Amino acid sequence: MYAQMVKTGVDKLQSLDEMSARERAFQERIDADKRIEPKDWMPDSYRKTLIRQISQHAHSEIVGMLPEGNWITRAPTLKRKAILMAKVQDEGGHGLYLYSAAETLGITRDQMFEALHSGRAKYSSIFNYPALTWADIGTIGWLVDGAAIMNQVPLQRCSYGPYARAMVRVCKEESFHQRQGYDSLLALSRGTDEQKRMAQDALNRWWWPSLMMFGPPDGESVHSAQSMRWKIKLFSNDELRQRFIDLSVPQAEVLGLKIPDKDLKWNDERGHYDFGEIDWSELYEVVKGNGPCNRERLSERIRAWNEGSWVRDAALAHAEKNIHRASANN
Amino acid sequence: MELDKKLNQPLAEYLKHLGDNTLILAQRLSEWCGHGPVLEEDLAITNVALDLIGQTRLWLGLAADIDDTGGDADSLAYQRDVLDFRNALLVELPNGDFATTAARQFLFDHWQLLALAELSRSSLQPLADIAAKSHKEVRYHTDRSDQWVRILGDGTPVSRERFETALNALWSYTGELFEVKQGDQALIDAGIITDMSLLHRQWRDDITSVLDQASLATPPDEYMQRGGRDGMHSEHLGYLLAEMQFLQRAYPGAEW
Repeated sequence: MYAQMVKTGVDKLQSLDEMSARERAFQERIDADKRIEPKDWMPDSYRKTLIRQISQHAHSEIVGMLPEGNWITRAPTLKRKAILMAKVQDEGGHGLYLYSAAETLGITRDQMFEALHSGRAKYSSIFNYPALTWADIGTIGWLVDGAAIMNQVPLQRCSYGPYARAMVRVCKEESFHQRQGYDSLLALSRGTDEQKRMAQDALNRWWWPSLMMFGPPDGESVHSAQSMRWKIKLFSNDELRQRFIDLSVPQAEVLGLKIPDKDLKWNDERGHYDFGEIDWSELYEVVKGNGPCNRERLSERIRAWNEGSWVRDAALAHAEKNIHRASANN
Repeated sequence: MELDKKLNQPLAEYLKHLGDNTLILAQRLSEWCGHGPVLEEDLAITNVALDLIGQTRLWLGLAADIDDTGGDADSLAYQRDVLDFRNALLVELPNGDFATTAARQFLFDHWQLLALAELSRSSLQPLADIAAKSHKEVRYHTDRSDQWVRILGDGTPVSRERFETALNALWSYTGELFEVKQGDQALIDAGIITDMSLLHRQWRDDITSVLDQASLATPPDEYMQRGGRDGMHSEHLGYLLAEMQFLQRAYPGAEW
């Protein structure tokens, strides 16, 4: 769930009758579960919403490399180091597929970066929390990748072809990451008291922000309704959140960890876990830029981008010279 | 082949040299993760680092077997101090700018490529196997490094100047890679390792042919820094180890 609260630019849902012939044909195609491909006609608002959603997703992958990347140099064994490197590299790869998917909608990667760096484009709020101990790395794999999978598995069937296909590959890797994260927590949970403390502390800090990754309750949101009609969102935020909680509780039990929610209990009637109130004001503050690491994450991205500009200039100049040389030789 | 017991100690030292080179360079490269100049390059640098960590596990694993003190690759990586590390000084130097990282990688890759090709013919089969496996990976690393030399040398006046500065600054750290230490001779005589000094000319020719393509000059061999294989390191290595070994030092004996 790397895209949260994506606006659609519409203020009310249109009925089929209110649509133009082209819009109606487009909606009927989606209703019939046919894929939309880059060269097909699409409403401008569909295109813009997808650009917002996919680029937000891509930015989340790239910014998400930072909290985990900062533990690569401190990973406790060579094996854990290799696993973490491969994982962070996968996240960068996901960013690449997603930027490419978004480019099929008529925007360039540089434009998307510019939107990220200027603060216009968002990335998932979760990456604005710090990774303080080694247990955070396992917990991010278990919960954050776990929450992402909840959302991304259905997106493999979303209406936009390039996005759906990118998700197929992303999901395979994410579920691997989740298992690796869980495995690393399992080692801590079987370890020393200090390691157990580390694992519990990480769960305490990451649990609520992970639930917030699904976004606020959709309620009457016209954007959610429109996205669902376009089939670029397939389940409501609350449905996915509930599914995530139901899966995570028994996993925490196996780890011998306590989920930091005194209201969490199984509800036989609903067939789901009941859980406590989520502090949505925290999510809004983080999205506004007031999370513990917002400034750091963004400034780190901007610094890397600016420091790399002479390298990109050189690569471009070299490629252009090669073209001239090739044409001069012909 | 049955290894003469007298060769254990020099062989373990030599394997630590190979494994420490890859470990420390991987550690440096992984500092780039998330900070590359362009996403593709971010992935490529991490990929090289990942290959080098894989090689480290093999080299240090074999070193630990031969040391026969009950240790393993992890205990060698995480529980030795500066004086016992055997890597060349070149790989522990800070990353600097992208040109410095690219130049260091270019110089190291070409050394590693030659060394591994020779070591893959070692009379000691486990060593030959690791070298052959690693050689396949290093061929890709070298291609990528050569490509960056051409890009930075040919690209813009800024990139050319940065690369030349980096190359000249790093050159004095290359001589050490071709040193033959006292313990090496018996290993060379037994056909276990190669006389690295014999590869120096080939290495300079290889480097020069790539630099030529970007019309860059090969720096002259002047004073060469040395000491890495004797545990005489730069001040930088201590900080690198403090970061890398933090968890193992803070929680001794814990399993991860």
